[in-house]
Amino acid sequence: MHSIIQFVSRLISSKRIKSGIYPFQGGVHPDGRKEASTASPISRFPIPDKLVLPLRQHVGYIPKIRVQVGDYVLKGQMLAEAEGNVSAAIHAPTSGTISQISEEVIPHPSGLPDMCMTLIPDGKEAWTTLTPIDWRNQPKHQLVSSLRASGIVGLGGATFPTHIKVRADGKSHIHTLVINAAECEPYITCDDMLMRERADEIVKGIEIVQFLLGAERCVIGIEDNKPEAIASMQAACHAMEYLSVKVVPTLYPSGDARRLIHLLLDTEIPHNKRATDVGVQVFNVATVLAIYRYLVFGEPAINRIVTVTGGVNHPKNFEVLFGTPLRTLIDAAGGAKENASHFIMGGPMMGFDLPSIDVPITKAANCIIVATPELFPEPPSALPCIRCTRCADACPVYLQPQELYWFSKSDNFEKARDYNLFDCIECGCCSYVCPSNIPLVQYYRYAKSEIIATDRAKEAANLARERNEFRLSRIEREKLERAQKHAERAAAGKAEAAKAEAVKAEQIPDNSTQKASSTGADDVKKAAIAAAIERAKALKTAAAQSEHAPVNASKEKLEQVAAPAVPPKASDDEKVKQDKQALIAAAIERAKAQKLAANQAGNSPMNTDNVSPAVQAEINEIDAMRAKAKELIDQEKA
Amino acid sequence: MNRSPYISNAPTVSVIMLKVLFALVPGIIAYTWVYGGGILVTLSLATITAVASEAALLKIRQRPIAPHLTDLSAVVTAWLLALALPTLAPWWLVVVGTFFAIVIAKQLYGGLGYNPFNPAMVGYAVLLISFPVIMTKWPAPLILAQTKLGFMEQLQLILGGVLPANTPLDAITSATPLDYLKTQLMLEHEIASIGQAPIFGVFGAQGGEIVTGAYLLGGVYLLQQRIISWHLPTAFLGVLATMSFVFYVADSTHFANPMFHLMSGASMLCAFFIITDPVSGPTTPKGKLYFAAGVAVLTYLIRVYGGYPDGVAFAVLLMNMCVPLIDAHTQPRVFGHNDSK
Repeated sequence: MHSIIQFVSRLISSKRIKSGIYPFQGGVHPDGRKEASTASPISRFPIPDKLVLPLRQHVGYIPKIRVQVGDYVLKGQMLAEAEGNVSAAIHAPTSGTISQISEEVIPHPSGLPDMCMTLIPDGKEAWTTLTPIDWRNQPKHQLVSSLRASGIVGLGGATFPTHIKVRADGKSHIHTLVINAAECEPYITCDDMLMRERADEIVKGIEIVQFLLGAERCVIGIEDNKPEAIASMQAACHAMEYLSVKVVPTLYPSGDARRLIHLLLDTEIPHNKRATDVGVQVFNVATVLAIYRYLVFGEPAINRIVTVTGGVNHPKNFEVLFGTPLRTLIDAAGGAKENASHFIMGGPMMGFDLPSIDVPITKAANCIIVATPELFPEPPSALPCIRCTRCADACPVYLQPQELYWFSKSDNFEKARDYNLFDCIECGCCSYVCPSNIPLVQYYRYAKSEIIATDRAKEAANLARERNEFRLSRIEREKLERAQKHAERAAAGKAEAAKAEAVKAEQIPDNSTQKASSTGADDVKKAAIAAAIERAKALKTAAAQSEHAPVNASKEKLEQVAAPAVPPKASDDEKVKQDKQALIAAAIERAKAQKLAANQAGNSPMNTDNVSPAVQAEINEIDAMRAKAKELIDQEKA
Repeated sequence: MNRSPYISNAPTVSVIMLKVLFALVPGIIAYTWVYGGGILVTLSLATITAVASEAALLKIRQRPIAPHLTDLSAVVTAWLLALALPTLAPWWLVVVGTFFAIVIAKQLYGGLGYNPFNPAMVGYAVLLISFPVIMTKWPAPLILAQTKLGFMEQLQLILGGVLPANTPLDAITSATPLDYLKTQLMLEHEIASIGQAPIFGVFGAQGGEIVTGAYLLGGVYLLQQRIISWHLPTAFLGVLATMSFVFYVADSTHFANPMFHLMSGASMLCAFFIITDPVSGPTTPKGKLYFAAGVAVLTYLIRVYGGYPDGVAFAVLLMNMCVPLIDAHTQPRVFGHNDSK
């Protein structure tokens, strides 16, 4: 049945299918508008008066600051060191003095300020000692750990730390390296220009990444709206045997990793797996170039290509140092047009409004669009959904956006999850084709953040319950132990007394010792119960507080509460104490394992590789986004 | 603030509805040519009633009036109902039907996007049950009618119920082929002899088949414009043809041939304009096939075994009820999932 439908659909569809290209269903054809910024070559942006370097420029943990205010730093010197696995270092884009370490507005959808290091350049461009790495003759694990210090993250916009992606996980063998050069979003041309101008370096970078991954072959996917880039890449890699350039039709969102892998390799990555699970790893062109610059010249990630386009007088691409204030960049592009309303980071399909013009360029900033009312007119007010299913036809994930909209709108989140809300990549195709102008993606963002928040609260509650159950069983066990001890003592005393009295008089039974000891046991019991009630109260408050707090915080709180809760009077014995601690640790482990199992079983949101770690690390942003989305929905409803 | 995408490129609801109306134009022209200009009166009456009652209800429900009137959905409902009614039906029949379609079947359920039943078909069914006699008084095509009414005479008949002097109602009406076929079969006549009656044309009704052909033309335009998906008309016409073919092959003396079923009654109007109403129809590709097939089967059964000459309205309403069930059980496979629900 399904195959018949597909067959007929394909028959009547106007899509031209090229050989060796495996189209996915859906997608849209927005007006590219790329010509504006490709007319002139990439220009190197001069060193600005100050550089503001946010600590949070990537997905994962924020790095640890290694400098102090007043420090003089050299160009390329590490300012912050990657902490934990998923993290990236930050380097000085030029030489100068650290003037302050403070909270500044950063380019993030939440608009919230975050910790930044401000560097006042001295204009000398004095490099630190660069140490190129002979990558061919170094063990791979060493290369990976040196990449960890490179600060390189995915420059396509996902900003996932690169050293994680080249690290062998020991589970799957990567056979194919896919280079994502599709650049399917309108307006953005930074990868296009990079390929036109630096194809040789890119190919060298590909060689390195291929070596690191041990991939047998590499496919470069470029959309057919970039003929110059295609020609330049083909020329650069014509001698390479295991490297091929595949031209994919211009269709948004071909640049999404899963869509691109389908297009190039005819592989559909299962929703609960990553590309690496099927032996494929995807890198952006700019990222491989950065890897090349780092390993061969020792240059860490200090700059990137940024497209500045839209309502500016001279749209073009700049090579910009990280931390450069956006305002100076806009000025360099001829200034914003008079009716510029706001600034968008990223493309018009998935980008977001910058909170202000006074934000720095970060590792994620592939494109800055100056929005004007002509370019992005306010959409007319939304009409009711007429179930026309244009959104379903356009969805590259084959979801039913009209159903998800309905469920999200009515806060029917469980149903939304059932209909695979978390497979949604928020590409915006559904909103793009909606005749009723419904901001569909907003509804999905809202539903996702609500579900994530609920899950987190549930997790915290589960943890609290787990601990409480453990505590109750411990109290029960202690009570039994105590009773046993008393009984033993009493029995021993009785035996002693019996022995002694056996000598005196055998006929008279004596219960006094037993009586006394049992009264003692009652007192202990009462005290234990009172203490237990106290502790239960404390634990309850903690649980209530932790419901809205992040998991880690709640865990800490619970530990604080639980630690003094171990009754000191009944168990002075050191060994018993240790045992108990071991048990607590075991309980925590169990809770963790359960959580993991629940994750694997699909009770928890299963998101794309990019989102999950982000979610883990960016609790505050999600809450802020959630509040905003809620507000928006409320407005919508009103 | 994350509110992407910033761009969109979609025909608005108004444009979609406008294209549907445009696709009905060939049918209306053919209708006028075959039956006279009375249909234009009926269409106007229905349109005015629909727009007025939509506006009134929007006001009562305190909804913005302008955006909902300009979406043109009420006009589409009005036209579809008007085209389904007997042309020379009295004005109040048109008004009552349209009022019921817009007020009860659409606005009281929540307006555009929220009605579980096809409003035009609800209006039609209400009229058919309430006024069965008038609803079966179909005008004869002008070429067959004993008395040919001019536009003004048709206008007078519709608005005032006045027939020209010396003209009995029977002189201007005739049974529809579907109706005639059913009564004649009950009188134990055979198809071959029934088909000799002048009301039969090449495929379906004399004259009526031209209108049907014009609907088909409009339907092809809608397909080409991607206003409707191919699933619904293909499945409906395919199943209707297959089913009538099976019966026809089994017993050609008592069952009409497939072409007759495709070109008679409301088949084409149903295939391209009625079951394609997105609001009351299913949303999944597979669901659309099931839905249309269900309508076709029910239509055929009502036509052949039921008490009404044509079964489209009831078939559509019955299948409308099944839409949530169909949608829930035909969820397509999601990218990266191997199972489909």
